[in-house]
Amino acid sequence: MNSHQRSFFFNVDWITVLIYLALCVIGWFNIHAAVFDENHPNILDFDTQYGKQFIYILSALVIGTVILLLESRFLSALAPAFYVVTVVLLAVVLVAGRNVGGNQAWIDMGGGFRLQPSEFAKFSTCLLLARYLSATNVKVTDPKSFLIAGGIIFLPMLLIKMQPDDGSTLVFCSLILVLYREGLSVYFLIIIGLLATLFISALLVNVWFIIIALVAIVALLLFLFGRNRKFATGVIMGLVIAIGFVFCAKPIYFHGLKPHQRVRIDEVLGLSKDLRGVGYNQNQSKIAIGSGRIWGKGYLQGTQTKYAFVPEQSTDFIFCTVGEEWGFAGSVVVLGLYLFLLLRIIMIAERQRAPFSRIYGYGVASIIFCHVIINIAMAIGYMPVIGIPLPFISYGGSSLWSFTILLFILLKLDSNRMGMNYA
Amino acid sequence: MNSFFERRYVIAGIFIALILVLLARLFYIQVVDDRYFLYASQNVVRKFIKYPARGPILDRNGKIMVQNEPVYDITVVPKQVKPFDTVEFCKLLGIDKEGFDKRMAKARIYSPYRTSVFEKQVSAQQYASFQERLSEFPGFDTQQRPVRTYPDSSAAQFLGYIGEVTDPIIKRSGGYYSPGDYIGITGVEKTYETVLRGQRGVENMMVDSRNVRKGRYANGAYDTAAVAGERLISSLDMRIQRLGETLMTNKVGSIVAIEPSTGEILCFVSSPTYDPNLLVGRERGNNAAELYKDPYKPFFTRPIQAKYPPGSSFKPLSALIALQEGIITPQTTYLCPGRYLANNGKPKCTHVHGLVNLSSAIAESCNGYFAMVFEKLMNAHGAKNTESSFDSWRNNVNKFGFGVKLDVDIPSESRGNVPTSSFYDKYYHKGGWRSKTILSLAIGQGELEATPLQLANIEATIANHGFYYKPHLIKAIGDKQVIKREFTIKNSVGIDPQYFEPVIDGMQNVVEHGTAAGSKIPGIIMCGKTGTAQNPHGKNHSVFVAYAPRDNPKIAIAVVVENSGDGGTWAAPIASFIVEKYLRDTITKRPSGIYPEYYIEKNLLPEIIVKPADKAKLKADSLKKITADSIKKARADSVKKSKILSTKNLPAKKDAGEKLTAMLPKRKEDE
Repeated sequence: MNSHQRSFFFNVDWITVLIYLALCVIGWFNIHAAVFDENHPNILDFDTQYGKQFIYILSALVIGTVILLLESRFLSALAPAFYVVTVVLLAVVLVAGRNVGGNQAWIDMGGGFRLQPSEFAKFSTCLLLARYLSATNVKVTDPKSFLIAGGIIFLPMLLIKMQPDDGSTLVFCSLILVLYREGLSVYFLIIIGLLATLFISALLVNVWFIIIALVAIVALLLFLFGRNRKFATGVIMGLVIAIGFVFCAKPIYFHGLKPHQRVRIDEVLGLSKDLRGVGYNQNQSKIAIGSGRIWGKGYLQGTQTKYAFVPEQSTDFIFCTVGEEWGFAGSVVVLGLYLFLLLRIIMIAERQRAPFSRIYGYGVASIIFCHVIINIAMAIGYMPVIGIPLPFISYGGSSLWSFTILLFILLKLDSNRMGMNYA
Repeated sequence: MNSFFERRYVIAGIFIALILVLLARLFYIQVVDDRYFLYASQNVVRKFIKYPARGPILDRNGKIMVQNEPVYDITVVPKQVKPFDTVEFCKLLGIDKEGFDKRMAKARIYSPYRTSVFEKQVSAQQYASFQERLSEFPGFDTQQRPVRTYPDSSAAQFLGYIGEVTDPIIKRSGGYYSPGDYIGITGVEKTYETVLRGQRGVENMMVDSRNVRKGRYANGAYDTAAVAGERLISSLDMRIQRLGETLMTNKVGSIVAIEPSTGEILCFVSSPTYDPNLLVGRERGNNAAELYKDPYKPFFTRPIQAKYPPGSSFKPLSALIALQEGIITPQTTYLCPGRYLANNGKPKCTHVHGLVNLSSAIAESCNGYFAMVFEKLMNAHGAKNTESSFDSWRNNVNKFGFGVKLDVDIPSESRGNVPTSSFYDKYYHKGGWRSKTILSLAIGQGELEATPLQLANIEATIANHGFYYKPHLIKAIGDKQVIKREFTIKNSVGIDPQYFEPVIDGMQNVVEHGTAAGSKIPGIIMCGKTGTAQNPHGKNHSVFVAYAPRDNPKIAIAVVVENSGDGGTWAAPIASFIVEKYLRDTITKRPSGIYPEYYIEKNLLPEIIVKPADKAKLKADSLKKITADSIKKARADSVKKSKILSTKNLPAKKDAGEKLTAMLPKRKEDE
């Protein structure tokens, strides 16, 4: 055991590291292609985004190595401290932060570097959630525990929502998967799914059609299983709540959301079509990806991205470059790598002896998953435009470092999985 | 501990499912749906039309008549402009700071990212000094485009001009032309538009989201090159064309010369003319308006549009038809008492010719002889069958290209006029006209009207002894010198070659010692015929037709000088200079002592008479609006130019209202 601890690199899950490196390199090349400029053809030109990204990747590797060298116990012990610091930073950024593109999300660190506390909130929240849920007397099924766990997630969410950074806020919702894994009732997921479906249907279809459909379904259920009194009561209550929700959907939509959010949703739902205005970005993004066909146009040959038809193409819309220059083949490779990474993380999480490590692992998987799905769904017009980076691929130091920290903490915990239970 | 162990499959399932959903969607938009691929090329690829150079036109000796000359525009892309020495810049282009700001503002309004023209058509000198220092002015560039240029400033009506296409033309072209394109509007530029314009090329350029060009699409694989327009080789001889234009200075009229052996038009003067360079460049609009206002109508293509009674120059044709019909023989004689006795002494002759035969009748232009010949012709089918005789005569005249369109290769040709029997039927009642009624046709008067081109073509036919080639202005097309097939077909006029000799004898005598004796060229046998076209509105038009030399003819010519008087006085000398210049390339001293300078300097411009009816018409047409001022000015200018004050051009207002009909032979025949 001692020998294992001494040569801790031996215990690192190298497959995950390789996937991580592959994604970083893919990102670097695609950033190069996205901002390619004949005047700066050198991929190591540090005036450009791809030059900078190279530095970010190198520094991310240093950060990863440092994390691997840390004492594991230290991570669990300091989880509350990380959380508090992050929350304080999130509060500070609201007061003294720098506003970029409408989001008060950045803290100037001097020397041209800026820090985005919301990025770091992801791993500190995961750590504290893991720490809390792994305590022996805590059970998610217990309402009190559930509320505390929810509170841990909700506090940074609230602060980030105030920036307002909708994308990052949404990411924290994915942590419900962690709660589910730790015992949250499956009905929670089902009810959330049903509500989302109802909400969107209410926007698209006449309310009365939905109500008729709901009543029909309930009638069918009662006809089939009506003998069970408890079930019948539940179903009828559910129906009442659903009908109420359907009626609330439109007012919520029109009063609860800001106009710019609403038009983006309208665009995706097909309620409006404005290819020159709101829909421009997404339409151009779709054109770029769609024009890649099977094998893509080739490296640096993507005309849509090269000639600036797609905005934000090195950050939020980086997948356009992948789709355009590498085609469907490239899309399959990138999404395949993500899926492989996610399944690998689940596998790693499940092989942990310590619940702390397992819960943290699920947190990592949920957050990466959420980022990937939202980012790509947005790029292909399945979701409204939400500024959210593609993990490891999008340009930007904060995002790369936070994902690196997120992942490498898991790798560190995993490398010690043979060791003791930290809880 | 792992009480919810199985839930990992649910979570993994969610991961897999959603990623598969994304992949399915990606598969659809990337592989199945090819719309996006098209959208992408629409986004990026712009077609840019490359305009070919319009074909140049050369004269028969290879001298350039019109070609393309590059003019230079200074262009600017406002967003690329960086601070520079504005003072120096303005000095180079000869503009002030205010003008600079105005131009920049205009360019910026058009588009900050796209190229717009900053200054149009700078001089070659400005261009050179600007080009040298271009690097000092980022954002600016020069752009070259071709304009038509005419080194000799000559043959304006023949060449015609080009202009921007109008909406109806665009519609008719089925999308070939687009606004801003140029197209031939008149003359050869119009007739040969499809040859001259060449073939447009398309350049597929990639542009970025701001429409800035970024390079060729697919390395130019789908580009087509512009094919320059074909070169046209005109039949014109610039030497005589220029001489003709000079001789016709300050005169109204035309000169048409044809090479009989080919039908090629050697000289095509329409006077007054204008400098074709006026219709190019910055001042085009103003100049065109000025020219439209000119009362002498320089845009009127007189050689093919003006119609004149041929007068006595018609007599050889009359004689030929009569010989062919067997009405007369060369030996047929007539005793001329100075008038035509058979018709109450009309028409009169200039003097008592005595006994004349065919040749001497032509040489001395005896009206009585030809009245006799014409009467015989009209009675050929019996005294009561004038109509049938007339129709057969008319048919014979038409064969010479007289009264029908010759189909020359520039637009708006007139067919002249040879009246039909139905015309007389309408004028009189049917059968109410006889040979004597239409006797003035005998001497080329009455309703007979020919264009100068038709007159020249008749001479070419006589020179060829009975056939002509369609007169044309473009000898060959392109580098391969393709000749249109229609120009190589002999058109026979149905007269036996043997009948030409006596007529030609007479015509030779016209020049040797007849009405055009003053224009005899030493050493060259020219056969001609003078004519005086009756003009009810003023002085008669001077007409002369001829060909030379008599053996192996090289040139047939028709000259009309309006409102100048006798054929022998003005038209014949001018024709003789052209003929000699063409045959010898020089003009020798004449026994008669005439010399070109006298004719060049003579101002024979008629006084402009604006009749009330015309006034109304002119008012209606705003472009051609004539003010009293402009008439006076035009006249004053012309007079100034000629330096010689004409005292002979008094308007013959008396005759102004007189109607021209065939019933009465008009006035006396001068020759």
